[in-house]
Amino acid sequence: MYSLERLPSSKERRQKQRTVVPSFNADEELSLLLKSYKGNKIRTSKYSLLSFLPKNLFEQLHRAANVYFIFLTALNFVPVVKAFQPEIAVIPIILVLAGTAVKDIWEDYHRYTSDRSINRLPCHVYSSKQQAYIEQHWQDVRVGDFVCLSSNEIIPADMLLLYSSDQRGVCYIETANLDGETTLKQRQVVSDLPLQGAESPLESFHSRIECENPNNDLSRFRGYVEHPSGLRVGLHNNNLLLRSCTVRNTETVVGIVVYAGHETKAMMNNSGPRYKRSQLESHLNTVVLWCVLLLFIMCLTAAIGHGLWLQNLRDPVFKVDTETSPALAGFYVFWTMIIVLQVLIPISLYVSIEVVKLGQVYFIHNDLALYHQQLDSRVQCRALNITEDLGQIQYLFSDKTGTLTENKMVFRRCSIYGVEYPHEENARRLEVYEADRSEEGSGRSGTPQSGRSRSLSCRHSSVSPHTLTAEEDEEEKLTNHSQPSARAFCSRVAKEVLPDPELVRKLNWFLSPALALSDGSSGAPSSLELTYITDFFLALAICNSVVVSSASRPPHVVCEEQTPLKSLEEIKTMFQRLSFSPFSALSILSPPPIKASPHSLAHRMFAPSNSTTDESESSLEGTLGTSGLSPKPDLSSRAMEGNSAQTAGREVQDDDGARQDAEDLTREEDCKSEANEELLYEAESPDEAALVHAAQAYCCTLRGRSAESLTVDLPGIGSLSVPLLHILPFDSDRKKMSVVVRHPLTGQVVVYTKGADSAIMDLTGAPTGAAGAQEICTHIREQTQNHLDSYAREGLRTLCIAKKVLEEEEYQVWLKGQLRAESSIESREELLTESALRLESSLTLLGSTGIVDRLQEEVPETIEALQKAGIKVWVLTGDKKETAVNIAYACKLLGPNDQLLTASCGSKDACAALLLELQREVDRSGVPAAGSPERCGSGGGAGFILVINGRTLDWALQDDLKEDFLLLSCSCKALLCCRSSPLQKSQVVRLVRDQLAVMTLAVGDGANDVSMIQVADVGIGISGQEGMQAVMSSDFAISRFKHLRKLLLVHGHWCYARLANMILYFIYKNVMFVNLLFWYQFFCGFSGSVMTNAWVLILFNLLFTSVPPLLCGILDRHTAAHTLMQRPQLYSASKVSVPRMFWVTVLDAFYQSLVCFFVPYCACAGSSVSVLSFGSPINASALLIILLHQVIESPTLTWIHALVWLLSAASYFGFVLLLGLFCVTCSPPTNPLGAETLQMSEPPFYIICALTTVTALIPRLLFRALFNTLHPSPAVLKSAQTDREDSGNYWRKRQRWNQSRPKNRLPVCADNPGLEPCSDTVS
Amino acid sequence: MGKVKPGPLARRPDNSAFQQQRLPAWSPMLTANTVLPFFYFMALICMLLGVWLLLTVQSTEELKLDYTEAGTCNLCFEKRKNVSNAAQPCICTAVFNIKKAFKGDVFFYYGLINFHQNLRRYMDSRDDAQMVGRKNNLKSPSSYCMPFDKDKNGVPIAPCGAVANSIFNDSFTLSYMSSSGSVRVPLLRKGISWYTDKNIKYRNPSTENMTLPQVFEGTAPPLYWQKPVYDLDPLDKNNNGFINDDLIVWMREAAFPSFKKLYGVLHRANKPFINGLPAGNYSVEISYNFPVQYFRGRKEVVLTTLTWFGGQNHFLPIAYLVTSCLILLIAILLTVFWFKFGKNGQNMEE
Repeated sequence: MYSLERLPSSKERRQKQRTVVPSFNADEELSLLLKSYKGNKIRTSKYSLLSFLPKNLFEQLHRAANVYFIFLTALNFVPVVKAFQPEIAVIPIILVLAGTAVKDIWEDYHRYTSDRSINRLPCHVYSSKQQAYIEQHWQDVRVGDFVCLSSNEIIPADMLLLYSSDQRGVCYIETANLDGETTLKQRQVVSDLPLQGAESPLESFHSRIECENPNNDLSRFRGYVEHPSGLRVGLHNNNLLLRSCTVRNTETVVGIVVYAGHETKAMMNNSGPRYKRSQLESHLNTVVLWCVLLLFIMCLTAAIGHGLWLQNLRDPVFKVDTETSPALAGFYVFWTMIIVLQVLIPISLYVSIEVVKLGQVYFIHNDLALYHQQLDSRVQCRALNITEDLGQIQYLFSDKTGTLTENKMVFRRCSIYGVEYPHEENARRLEVYEADRSEEGSGRSGTPQSGRSRSLSCRHSSVSPHTLTAEEDEEEKLTNHSQPSARAFCSRVAKEVLPDPELVRKLNWFLSPALALSDGSSGAPSSLELTYITDFFLALAICNSVVVSSASRPPHVVCEEQTPLKSLEEIKTMFQRLSFSPFSALSILSPPPIKASPHSLAHRMFAPSNSTTDESESSLEGTLGTSGLSPKPDLSSRAMEGNSAQTAGREVQDDDGARQDAEDLTREEDCKSEANEELLYEAESPDEAALVHAAQAYCCTLRGRSAESLTVDLPGIGSLSVPLLHILPFDSDRKKMSVVVRHPLTGQVVVYTKGADSAIMDLTGAPTGAAGAQEICTHIREQTQNHLDSYAREGLRTLCIAKKVLEEEEYQVWLKGQLRAESSIESREELLTESALRLESSLTLLGSTGIVDRLQEEVPETIEALQKAGIKVWVLTGDKKETAVNIAYACKLLGPNDQLLTASCGSKDACAALLLELQREVDRSGVPAAGSPERCGSGGGAGFILVINGRTLDWALQDDLKEDFLLLSCSCKALLCCRSSPLQKSQVVRLVRDQLAVMTLAVGDGANDVSMIQVADVGIGISGQEGMQAVMSSDFAISRFKHLRKLLLVHGHWCYARLANMILYFIYKNVMFVNLLFWYQFFCGFSGSVMTNAWVLILFNLLFTSVPPLLCGILDRHTAAHTLMQRPQLYSASKVSVPRMFWVTVLDAFYQSLVCFFVPYCACAGSSVSVLSFGSPINASALLIILLHQVIESPTLTWIHALVWLLSAASYFGFVLLLGLFCVTCSPPTNPLGAETLQMSEPPFYIICALTTVTALIPRLLFRALFNTLHPSPAVLKSAQTDREDSGNYWRKRQRWNQSRPKNRLPVCADNPGLEPCSDTVS
Repeated sequence: MGKVKPGPLARRPDNSAFQQQRLPAWSPMLTANTVLPFFYFMALICMLLGVWLLLTVQSTEELKLDYTEAGTCNLCFEKRKNVSNAAQPCICTAVFNIKKAFKGDVFFYYGLINFHQNLRRYMDSRDDAQMVGRKNNLKSPSSYCMPFDKDKNGVPIAPCGAVANSIFNDSFTLSYMSSSGSVRVPLLRKGISWYTDKNIKYRNPSTENMTLPQVFEGTAPPLYWQKPVYDLDPLDKNNNGFINDDLIVWMREAAFPSFKKLYGVLHRANKPFINGLPAGNYSVEISYNFPVQYFRGRKEVVLTTLTWFGGQNHFLPIAYLVTSCLILLIAILLTVFWFKFGKNGQNMEE
């Protein structure tokens, strides 16, 4: 135990880091310290029974709208200004508050129950009293407890992994609850612990854990364990089991809790739903400000009017308050009027908008066209309040990989040792598959590929109900797991790579006796080339982070049972077989004939080419040189070589021929049968899986992976265990990953690196060594570069594979640095990167791969449609320029006539000059150049495509150049950014968004798109192959790029039009009604009295006419869906401009209210009409006008519209009639008893209402008719027509379906032929 | 969204017309084509209605007599200018002539001009609970009545409030000057209020064998009243207290500052009034109490006959006729317009 002196005071300690010791320790102070950490009980519910009322009220009062209501209500309690009796004035605020409160209670109750069920979950916690694991609830787990978990259990708190039943000390967790990724992650037991292996030595665990204070970084954990001996062991993220993940494939796991409850990383990562302010909402705010101004003017008019009116009076009997001076009375009236006219400020509009958006989201969510069958996923609307922004997009930024393309990587071709292997068969196979797939698509055979549906939990609490249900489904999942579930990465097409015959031949050469008889001049591959080839495939197989599992065995057991190495005997015999011929053949070339030993064989196979070039190597090259064999085999000669080699082989190996053939066959079968064992690869990126599969096709199979070693099958050798020393994982800055292994045969430390060609090519420095080797290397580099370029032109993704052999001392030096980096708590990331850079230098290039990534379906059509819709599509990708351009051609972003402008330069000055020059070029072409960035949106020179690479982009994004850059990019049709980093992507989006003040949309699927998605006004995530990070940060998540078309063109258009019209209608309604009250002020001495019962007045907007605007916002279809799809031009055209239409609307409202007030006034003037009797026809006709106004304005009327209008009218008339019958003293000064009933029983009421309604609506009707006659946009006409036809068809079909059903039960999918009919299509 | 469906397509949205936004809908395409018939139709309807209303209104008769300073009333008008004379009675007479006989029921109104019964504070100054006969409110009127809820001595006022306080207290006697001398025109002074008011909204506090004065004991009449509320109608005991017809009529506040209120209906029992008011000279004797000069108001007497849609008001028929003409004009213009643009415009093809 520790003496207290060694510990800083607990207070001080807590500020910096947290100390965790086992909970059963004896130390008082430490126990107190542990107690001070939060327990594992979570409470995501906000309220308790007692605190609900004050807390909820307090929270609600933070909203401006509610403050306004409260202010009005409070105002109404001031006697001199009160307009209604207080109990009526509080109705709006009570309704709003109560509604929100009920919603809050409901939500909170759900949170409470889910919290409770989570807190009550059982788990096994070690009890020192009973010396055993006892079952406890999650909520009782405390920091410092030991928790024992078995497979498929959910982790209750953030724990440090101390023990795993797995012998290698690893455990697998699934983080689906955290980030939606279903791939397994490996976690490692804290190294150097005595615990591992022993049964229950927990009592002896007296180490102290020092770690960071709780934070929300899921990918970072720093700290160290200090053993009683004083030894410190670094801790990192790999040792941490995160709360709400699931333990998989590991029987037992023990960990010590370091963070519990709300301090766990999962809980700290919980942020509420995204809130973005939509552009329309900011327009709305200006509109509301105008309304405020209007209100102010009206109230001021009344105030001044009242003051003047009072001044002209002496002491009439009707003046109640005789003392107040006219000015003061006017002041009072001002406030009274604010209460009376309060509805002018459309506060309830905000509530209505929220409701409307929910409705819009519901429809988007339910759209069949946005449903993807294969993944069984719908579109997800994660941000609820920016639906209408979808309708205003001007710039679209798209990622390439996984967004435009499938991100289903398929190995297509490769180049090794400067020789290109085109894999023709493979190409053919891919084409066939494509055809297959398209048939599949049109046919009905769409069955979902993945057995397990991906799902996302959008809940607040970290362990969502989802988890709980997941547990219920556990059994199902388990059975699923044992079946070969076709993972997305392991689709059939990706797995079955057809090897290139030439490459196979070369590989066989090495193994078959035929090699013995072929001499170097006949075109047989040189041993150096063979070395490259084997190294290449070994690198493909092991340089990755792929987790292997097989159908029969869970991942962690794979290969553990088999001996990693074939017995020495076997190797020997094999070698003897080989040594017959191949090495005699080789030994011709290599002077010192090597005695048979596996080591020397390996030496041959994996001849160190770099620093350890030995004599045999150099002499070999020498011989190669002298023998006249061109060490630069090129494409054209290769086929010939192959032929000649074959013939040569056949000639010489008469007797061996048959045997070799047979062996070939069996070997191939071997390979096949092994492959048939169904190894399942789970990779972090699809590229890796594709490469591993490719290696497998060449019988270089990755069989298993553990923390310390990898098991690899090599052709001819069998299983080898490759001790794994380090993995330097991929990161997007380095753009490469490396593994450090001890070579199984040579025993050397070898680094295999794979990465982007730009990253690797620069590092493959000229090797220090023989001139010949250097020459070969440069040659390989040149050739490979050529191949890379041609791959990129084909649109393939390229990767380079390189290796490096480390001297032992060299390795030790590096290792020290690496370990120091790993164990440091501060600036660990930087140190690690530095260390990696140190390692990945002066590499030897082995070859490159080309991976094909097909375009998603309907991408060209979608992009074309979007461009027609006036949306500028920019592609930002991390790929090479050539790949990007190729894809751009493929997806019709680039037309055949378009001119490419390439911006690529090395310095800032050059960049500035280049931008100017390109601008000049654009100007020269006669395309009207955009004079200033403001004009960008309109013009846009068609035909120019700017291609810019990452480095140039860096310059261009700097402050002094960005203007030029924007100017140039604006005058181009599209922009391609290649080789751009995630940061650059977001910078570009931000630049465009801020400088051009346009609506931007970013779409992407991977983690590298997250920043871009977050910056853009609308972020769209594609739930693709690369986990869920993009989706988690997006506003909308779709599953295919083509869904954008309908999402934007139809839903976006609709949502915007609906919302804009709803806002206008809402304001119209308010202004119209409020003005009626205002006009009355001219007849009542501006005293603020109203001609209506207060209840009716308050409820008129709150109840009777509150639903019709919602209809407008949810159901209206201004143009038919297919018209919008067919005519993307409509997207940017025919937009409602809210600020401009606002005044038209307000004017119309003024006119209508004038009519609605003065017709009844003139009809009643001078008669004995009472106040309430006068208000009755006014209200009734106002209601009729407001409803009929919507009938005129509505583009589509459905039965729901009719129903709502009927109900609105019925509720009004029902209410006033009931009030008129029963309200004797219910509403003190204005009891409407008898007034309404009497009014409605007399004809003048109806005569007045009819005249008012007709007169008020005539202008609007005339305007509409004129407008539609003059501007009958064909789309509108057509849509109307087709819409009618549509619904007609629908009904007809439905009828037919109904008739046919009882007879033959033939399912007829009435209107979605693309979809497979199911039994309940029309329901 | 209901329950989760089993099966591989569990998340597939329902293919229902509602969810797919394919609800059969009627799109009212408001073009000249569709609107024109409607316009013509509306014009016709309005025209017919207008003519009918005009004919109806033509059959009504109305007579207004401003008596503020008419005849001998100018004396009383001057007298009322002085507040100190408020309690002194003043009776004057005004004369007028009816040229054409009023046929049918004739209604006698008093009218006030520029009297704002619709002021917010004024309107609120009443206690309906007191008027409906609640005992509590009788003795402690609601705060709405302030400052007319209690008199100087703190005695509750019944009926309280400014409305009741300012009741119109002129009374009229109408006489017909026939050849055979002056005949008093009989007016029905009861049944002039709404049925619901008289029977539901206004009730006297339950009497329980007490006389009305006993019931109202402990209350004071409103400030300006000369008579207590239980003694408003000395002729009919049942027309006293809160259910007095004049009080009820007054308590229903008029919508505009110029209004008329029903005073009586011609009793058509005896000659010569069986068919209404015959033509000839009439005089009206006024007990002139209500001061109007403070608000520059006028007082008048209105005699009128009514039709099914109210008194003599030419606005509605004329408005209908004007509207009809307007719609017709618009329709014709639109037709011309349609012939010019719409018809040969290729857009209008069906």
